[in-house]
Amino acid sequence: MPRLMADVEACQGYGNCITGASDAYDIDDDGKVVLLTEEISDADRPRVEEAARSCPVNALSIED
Amino acid sequence: MTDPRTVVVVGASVAGVRTAQALRTEGFGGRIVLVGDEPDLPYDKPPLSKQLLAGSWSEERIALLTAEAAAAVGIELRLGVAAQRLDVADRQVLLIDGSTVDYDAAVLATGAAARPSPWSATSGVHVLRSMADARRLRNDLEVDRPVVVIGGGFIGAEVAATAHALGREVTVVDPLAAPIGRVVGREVGELFVDLHTRHGVNTKFGLGVESVEGGAGDLTVQLTDGSQLTAGTVVVGIGAVPNDGWLASSGLLVDNGVVCDQHCRAVDAAEVYAVGDVLRWFHPGHGEHVRVEHWTNAVESAAVVAHNIAHPEDLRSHRPVEYVWSDQYDWKIQIVGRPVGATRHALVGDLTSADRRGAAVYTDDSGVLRGAVAVNWPKALLLCRRAVGAGASFDDVVAQLDRLPAAVAAPA
Ligand SMILES: Cc1cc2nc3c(=O)[nH]c(=O)nc-3n(C[C@H](O)[C@H](O)[C@H](O)COP(=O)(O)OP(=O)(O)OC[C@H]3O[C@@H](n4cnc5c(N)ncnc54)[C@H](O)[C@@H]3O)c2cc1C
Ligand code: SF4
Repeated sequence: MPRLMADVEACQGYGNCITGASDAYDIDDDGKVVLLTEEISDADRPRVEEAARSCPVNALSIED
Repeated sequence: MTDPRTVVVVGASVAGVRTAQALRTEGFGGRIVLVGDEPDLPYDKPPLSKQLLAGSWSEERIALLTAEAAAAVGIELRLGVAAQRLDVADRQVLLIDGSTVDYDAAVLATGAAARPSPWSATSGVHVLRSMADARRLRNDLEVDRPVVVIGGGFIGAEVAATAHALGREVTVVDPLAAPIGRVVGREVGELFVDLHTRHGVNTKFGLGVESVEGGAGDLTVQLTDGSQLTAGTVVVGIGAVPNDGWLASSGLLVDNGVVCDQHCRAVDAAEVYAVGDVLRWFHPGHGEHVRVEHWTNAVESAAVVAHNIAHPEDLRSHRPVEYVWSDQYDWKIQIVGRPVGATRHALVGDLTSADRRGAAVYTDDSGVLRGAVAVNWPKALLLCRRAVGAGASFDDVVAQLDRLPAAVAAPA
């Protein structure tokens, strides 16, 4: 199953990923991204991949 | 999945690149041709006034799409060649080198250009929109002479902050007394004026520019109150104009952007779409046509258009909550919704000193949350972003913000 990856150092708390996929991403009190799940189904992939691509600093990726 | 269709995307910046990528994510199996007039591989623009100009990020770091990544998903790149004309009847894009690309669907992603300097100085006067602009400006900022920034909006304020961080003496000029007030309202706009002065950057607000004369290294900026500023470098940040001139002969309705329906389809050609800064579309939430010059709108409209091309039987509307960020000095600013239409606001936290976090939230007679400005406080902004989308009540949101841990912001 596709695995979610996040570069917490790079994350700037812009929150775009959460608008796109609030079931996969959130941010903590310091404004850093939190992964809500490690793996996603193939059916969810397009939506979550578009959410990852909406990150302005490329902090998110999805690996097979 | 194969698809007999060809999609041509014109404009290879964030809106165009994300459309091409999202077409594949959405399962589109046809041909994708991405045309761009800039010779550089696609790159991202927000860092041009921030990390790239400051020299803390390299050009590689702001790449949007490498040649390998494009090849891997079958995106044909046609870079360094401008589209000259769109032939809607024959479904063809004519390029400046004389070649043509036939399409089944066309996506117009030509963005916007910096409004040019109307002043006569021959050199040393910059605008900032492209990588080439950023390289030139960066070069001139190496010279230890004062910098005058004309225009105190987002890009002007960011350039001022970056030039100041590079050690330059900086003055920002704008005809409005509180330039960012255009977006956040006059009162909160004042806090953005204080932000410049707190960092030792001079402001000449409420004053117009009469003329800019001289050349690089030795420029004179004449203000409307009769005073003068001398500068080595002048940066002009007075807004942007959509790159829609090339569509004049297309017959498409163009009116400060390509006029589209709620699905981002041109109102007079259903197989032509627009995305990003050049898109003027009917926002079903606002009940009016709008054009938005923000990064997130480019990406969100790209996802909607890619979906609508790949799945014409299931058209999506583009009804985003406006969102933009800006980095100025030690402030990471995030703005959501439409603060400027509001009649009343509340402040939560602290917006007057460097190491604090705070937010301004806005409403009108309806009592519904209309927008918010957050400083160094992503969690608060996210809360407001969801609340604006959900039409939540202003009082509820203020109460929720008051309950957030509003401690001292983490250092950037
Ligand atoms: C310096 C700067 C800082 C910014 N900072 C922020 C920020 O902090 N936050 C934020 O939300 N937004 C920011 N923005 C705005 C954001 O970058 C834009 O909204 C976004 O780039 C719009 O993307 P676009 O692809 O629609 O248009 P553009 O980025 O303008 O790209 C359009 C592309 O099309 C090309 N093109 C034009 N005409 C033709 C033609 N005839 N044929 C072929 N190609 C053509 C152009 O050369 C360009 O490459 C900033 C913009 C700038 C310039
Ligand atoms: S979009 Fe990127 S920067 Fe923003 S919260 Fe998500 S990971 Fe962080």
